[in-house]
Amino acid sequence: MMREILIIVFTAVLTENFVLSQFLGICPFLGVSKKLSSAVGMSGAVIFVMTLASAVTQPIYQFILAPNGLEYLNTIVFIIVIAALVQLVETALKRYMPPLYRALGIYLPLITTNCAVLGVALLNIDEGYGFIESVVNGFGGGVGFMVALIMFSGVRERIERNNIPKALQGLPITLIAASIVSLSFTGFAGVVEGLFA
Amino acid sequence: MAQKSKTDYKKIFLLGIFQENPVLRLVLGTCATLAVSTQAVNGIGMGLSTTFVLVGSNLVISLIKDLIPERVRIPAYVTVIAGFVTIIQMLVQAFFPSVNDALGIYLPLIVVNCIILARAEMFASKNPVGASIIDGIGMGLGFTMVLLMMGSVREILGNGTWFGIPITANLIDPMLILILPSGGFFVFGCLMAVMNLYCDRTGQKRAELSCQSCPAASACSGCKSCASKEESPVEEARVAKAELEAEVLEDQAADKAAEGKEAEDK
Repeated sequence: MMREILIIVFTAVLTENFVLSQFLGICPFLGVSKKLSSAVGMSGAVIFVMTLASAVTQPIYQFILAPNGLEYLNTIVFIIVIAALVQLVETALKRYMPPLYRALGIYLPLITTNCAVLGVALLNIDEGYGFIESVVNGFGGGVGFMVALIMFSGVRERIERNNIPKALQGLPITLIAASIVSLSFTGFAGVVEGLFA
Repeated sequence: MAQKSKTDYKKIFLLGIFQENPVLRLVLGTCATLAVSTQAVNGIGMGLSTTFVLVGSNLVISLIKDLIPERVRIPAYVTVIAGFVTIIQMLVQAFFPSVNDALGIYLPLIVVNCIILARAEMFASKNPVGASIIDGIGMGLGFTMVLLMMGSVREILGNGTWFGIPITANLIDPMLILILPSGGFFVFGCLMAVMNLYCDRTGQKRAELSCQSCPAASACSGCKSCASKEESPVEEARVAKAELEAEVLEDQAADKAAEGKEAEDK
């Protein structure tokens, strides 16, 4: 069991990184990675919400939708649950943990429409994960998002200091840098299976 | 009168395809663009599915825009969009199972494609039904066009085929990397660079990833902190450096002028 969990975490963080190999959550990846502090805040919020969303949607699917033959409703149910969850988390944080709210709160509304959150909920169902595996996958996916975002914010700071051909300035050079970062993650393919063989 | 509204529709339609192309000009829907553009046929499937959802959601949202309270409008829009996504999901599963397998979870993820929410927020909630439908069609086709373009480039160069038909497969070794995720970023980066050149030539504003195009902007108080250029320390350093260089240049110019004067005096 421990081995399976480790495999899920390492796969989600390294080989099947949510941002760099599955293209989930590209908007915040490109938009919020300009500054390290906002990258950390955003990814903290994403880890939190992805774990929670996995923990809530998997039981809903297993115990409510699947027994009643309502699998086809999963997209609509999941997005409503996630939207409600984000709202709830925001209200609860504001009321009970103001310091945490100040750190993460401003990023929460953005997360409802972040494909990584709905993506992890749907992937858990596709892979047939149970409750624990889903939560672990959600957490691992969030950590993968953080790794990618923090690494990339470092890369972008370097880019800003250099002279870039005029046509490439702005978005194009960011995308090409992302391509190189993504290429480096391709190198992890096969590593995870080897580690825990 | 009828003539006038006709021309308006045409303008709205063309805006979506060229001037305000959702991917190239507004930088929306990047996730879907990068993920499904490994093959031209996937691009068409994804593009047309998105167009269907976009037209449907624009239609319904512009019909019910006056009934939705301001505060809950985003969840209401998302629910409408999710309904249409479920419909298209079932249609694709029934009639095009191979497309469904190729698109995988990206088909249900149309729900969170920012193009749809952004058009609901920026267009359908402010405009009448007819214009909203036309806007949906234009935006959807603009999106399909970009997906087809990127899908073709990646498939021909990365796999040597186009729509599954061998083109260069037997002549040169395909560049596999373009099919890999990093190739998606690379091709999109090149495409945006070409767009930048075009914008500079025609004197238009370059496409930037900004809060203005983000559908959640009105709900998000983080826009000010989400990295505006003026605040970034690196940018400040750069500005300071540029000023310093300018000063040095001025000094040098002054020195030269003084030298010239001295020489003249002699």
